[in-house]
Formats: sequence, structure tokens, C-alpha cells
Amino acid sequence: MKISKEEVEKVAVLARLALTEGEKETFSSEMSSILDYFDKLKEVDTEKVAPTSHASAGRNVMRGDEVRPSLSKEECLMNAPDANKGCLRVPKIIG
Amino acid sequence: MECVSCGKCFQLERVINVEFEVIIGLEVHAQLLTKSKIFCSCSTVFGAEPNTHTCPVCLGMPGVLPVLNRKVVDFALRVGLAVHCEIAHYSRFARKNYFYPDLPKGYQISQYELPLAEHGYVEVTTNGKSKRIGVARIHMEEDAGKLLHDERMEADSYSYVDLNRTGVPLIEIVSEPEIRTPEEASEYLKNLRGILQYLEVCDGNMEEGSFRCDANISLRPVGQQRLGTRTELKNMNSFKNVQRALEYEIRRQTNILDDGSEVIQETRLWDAAKGVTLSMRGKEEAHDYRYFPDPDLVPLIIDDDWIEVVRGSLPELPQEKRDRFIKEYQVPEYDAEVLTSSKSLADYYEESVRLFPSPKVVSNWVMGELLRRLKGDDRDIEDCPVTPRYLAKMLKMIEDGTISGKIAKTVFEEMYLSGEDPEKLVREKDLLQLTDEEELDRIIEKVLSGNATEVEDYKKGKSKLLGFFVGQVMKETKGKANPKLVNEILRGRLDR
Ligand SMILES: [Zn+2]
Repeated sequence: MKISKEEVEKVAVLARLALTEGEKETFSSEMSSILDYFDKLKEVDTEKVAPTSHASAGRNVMRGDEVRPSLSKEECLMNAPDANKGCLRVPKIIG
Repeated sequence: MECVSCGKCFQLERVINVEFEVIIGLEVHAQLLTKSKIFCSCSTVFGAEPNTHTCPVCLGMPGVLPVLNRKVVDFALRVGLAVHCEIAHYSRFARKNYFYPDLPKGYQISQYELPLAEHGYVEVTTNGKSKRIGVARIHMEEDAGKLLHDERMEADSYSYVDLNRTGVPLIEIVSEPEIRTPEEASEYLKNLRGILQYLEVCDGNMEEGSFRCDANISLRPVGQQRLGTRTELKNMNSFKNVQRALEYEIRRQTNILDDGSEVIQETRLWDAAKGVTLSMRGKEEAHDYRYFPDPDLVPLIIDDDWIEVVRGSLPELPQEKRDRFIKEYQVPEYDAEVLTSSKSLADYYEESVRLFPSPKVVSNWVMGELLRRLKGDDRDIEDCPVTPRYLAKMLKMIEDGTISGKIAKTVFEEMYLSGEDPEKLVREKDLLQLTDEEELDRIIEKVLSGNATEVEDYKKGKSKLLGFFVGQVMKETKGKANPKLVNEILRGRLDR
């Protein structure tokens, strides 16, 4: 299945990636070959197999409603590219 | 005859001959009253210092694993069952992918295919007619953080993000597009909020954002099957605003369609100050959320036992309570409606009636004096200074003649202001009812001799004047005279 340059561009926008023309070409062909592999998987007869959404067979993993200590404000903001006035700081957003 | 569109042009060709049907669907996001967040153990307390309730899980650090809060499922199940939904035995979480500064992970954990509950309904009554509004689905999800907009923050060219709310549990309740008028929309929301509050799963505070509503609205010519193009309305933080925004949008879309133009599918923000909806065009990108099952969260299996345990724990809901009030207390439907409008008000009423078993008398005081006072002060019944015990005590004092009905209003006001025991207030403020016949006789004598002309008129047959004399006696005694005794003595003297 051929992934067009336009499709690569759309995915790049959604993922906030800036790609060069060369990269678009590369990804177009690489993504195409990945999807071709899916075509190969399609050859397997899955008639009697339920769709799998999770690799683990686990079910109902839950916890009780208990509060535990959170990180400090400093720790919370430590990895933020920009922080000020006790908050993460981002370019102005209207609305 | 003039043009219906503009009212001026007299071009009769433009008179509207198409009637439109309004189609409204509502999406409600309700914050659940759990102590901890949906997938981590951070506190959900409102109003904490920004960014003090976060952890690696809700910040979306690499390698962390979210674990579902069981109480969130319990609460969502309560709501699902209360609005008559079918509960999914197998449900799962999905990632909704988008970028926004209040969403640290770059995706929101929500449910997409296989939500927790589907196919329920909420009953609404408008203009005396009942109708079921379908609930298409209820699913669980996490809230996002908050962009701070206070003045200190507004001043510069940045936005500031508080991530305390990130991961606070929400349920999204999506109605079927079966709402036909803004009034129905408002009723649906009120009833839904009432149910959530009765279930004690959400505080329903629209201003603080723990109960939020978006609306989809479109118009189509009556008789047409296909739906018209819809707009999505946001930013309506009260029932009143939801209704006003929908009314405005109906007018706007009607004008567009009457002109032969087309409604654009878009998101519009309600501007309460200007009373208009404004397009968000340009500020929003076409969304492609690329939902997929969240591999970090295993499927949720809900068996019949679990459902039945939750069903068994459901409290009496607003509608049931209203019907019971009508039956048990014999109060009019209107009273029952008002008294059950919140669980705490209903509890207040029932406690008062238990202590003073005259349901209609209690209802009159609660719906009259009490609610009037609370409304004027913008206070909730929880903060009412007059306890049911004191209210009942005061009503007993009226009943046994200790105070007059008129003075009771003064006593109530004093109780409301001070929160004090009515007996103490009556003693201290000298408000006891005057029942001493000799003293009343003396006062009446004084009133009659001071109004000789009226007495003459009365004796000539102007019996309406009795009220005048009673009024004069009341004035003389500052409202403390026992009206029954006053009447008796007056009649005794005048009708002799
Ligand atoms: Zn956390």
C-alpha cells in the first residue's frame, strides 16, 4: 500500500514534526513498506480469533480511592521548558 | 403586510413559508467527587496552589503506568443506572490524541468504542408535558489542566498552565439529538444535575466548572429526515446561559436559512456579556483524534454482581422523592417540585416535618420566608442559620399561641440573623403573644373610643370595618395581640 507524500505531511502536522523534502520521501517509502507487511499479516486466517486490543490477558486492574503525596511544585516544574510564577509558561493562548 | 424576515421591506416573496424544527444534543462533562485522581493517587481538591497536585503519572512521564480508581467506575455506574442505561460488561479506555498546553501527555485517556453505559434516558417536563430525552452514552475520562486567566497572569504575552486538574475524573454524558427547545435543554440539564447531586457523585457547580455543558444545534425544515448542518456551542456556564445561547443560535441559523444561505459547521463561543455566539474559526484546527485502545489500561469487565451491588446502593432520586412528597405529605405538585430541587433542601424539609408534623405549614414557611431569605443572600440551604429544630420550635410556638403569626415573621428574621433559639429570642425581645383578656379589653376600649365615627358606621351595617378595628388593635400592640381573641372581644362589644 502506497503512502503518498501528502499523507506523510498530514501525519507530520498531527505529530508536530517539521520534515524536510528528503525526509518526506524517506518516510513515504518506509511507511509504505511497513503497511505492506500488514498486508502479509492479512494472509493469516483470523476467522475464529477475537480482535486483540491488549497484549496482556489482565482484567480489572484497579486501586482504591486513596490520596498519596504528590510531587512538590519545584519537582513538577523541573522538566518544563519554561516556568514562571509557579506555573508552566507557554506562548499566549487566546480563548 | 410586511416581510417576516426584516419587518420592513414589504417584499412578500420573502415571507417565510418554511417552518424549521430545532435539533439539539447536549454533552455534559461532570467532575466526580473522588478524593484522588482517576489514574493516580494525587488529590483532586479544588483551589490548591497551582501545580502542587501532580505526579509522574498525571504529568505523563515516560515509563509510568496509570491504574484505574475503582471508585470512578462505581460512580459512573451509579449514574448509568440512575438514567436507565445498559451497562457494558466489557469496556475499555482509549487515547484521544491532540496537542494543547493543558494536556501534558499529548493525549487524553477517554473511552471511544465500548463506553461504560449506553441507551438511557432522562425525563423532562416542560409546559406540563413529560418527555424522555435519550442518553446515547456515558463514558469515563480524565480532565485536562487549566490555563490561568487572572489579571496578574494576563498582563504579559504568555499563558500560564496549572496541572492540578490534570487527571481529575470526569464522566461525559452525551444526549441523543432529541431536544427540541432551549427550555427542554435547560430542564434536561437541571434534572441531570439533580440526579448527579442526589447520587453524591458530582457537586454540580457550573461556575467552578465541575458541571460543564456543550451543545450541538441544527435546524431543518419540518418533515425533512436529514439533519441540517450543526454548530457546536461552548462556554455556557449557567442554565440561563445555555438557554440564552441556544435561543440566539436558533435566531441566527433561522436568518441564514431564510436568506437561502448555508450554516457553516463550526464551534462557536457564547459571549454572555454581549449575548451572542461568536465563531472560533481560525483558532481551531481540523481535529483528527486518532483514537486507539490505551495499551496501558487493561479492559474493564463489569459482571452482574457488581451492577446489582451498585443498583442496590442507589438512593431515592429526585423524581421518586417528588412523587413520595406528594403522596406522603399531601403537598401540591409545585411545592414537591421546589422542595426536592436539591437533596439538602428535601432533607431540611423532612427533618422539619418530623419535628413539626404539619407538612403544609412547614412547606409554606420553607418555600416562603426561608427560601426568599436564602435567595436574597445567594446562600444555599446548607448554610441556613435557622436549623430545622428551631424552625419547628417556632411553628410550635405559633400553634400553641405563644406568638402570633405576624410576630413569627419577626422571630424568623431574628433567628435568621442570629441563628438563636426562638424561645430565647421571644423572651429577650419581648415578643410573646398578648392573650391577657383584661389587657386586650382595655386596648380595644381605647381603640373604639378613639374611632367613634367608624363604630357608628359599623353599627349601621358597614361590617367590613371589623378588619379596620383589628388592624388598629394590632398596631397598638405592635402585632402581638392574639388575633382570635381580638376578634372575639371586638364582636362581643360591637355586636351587642
Ligand atoms: Zn498524579
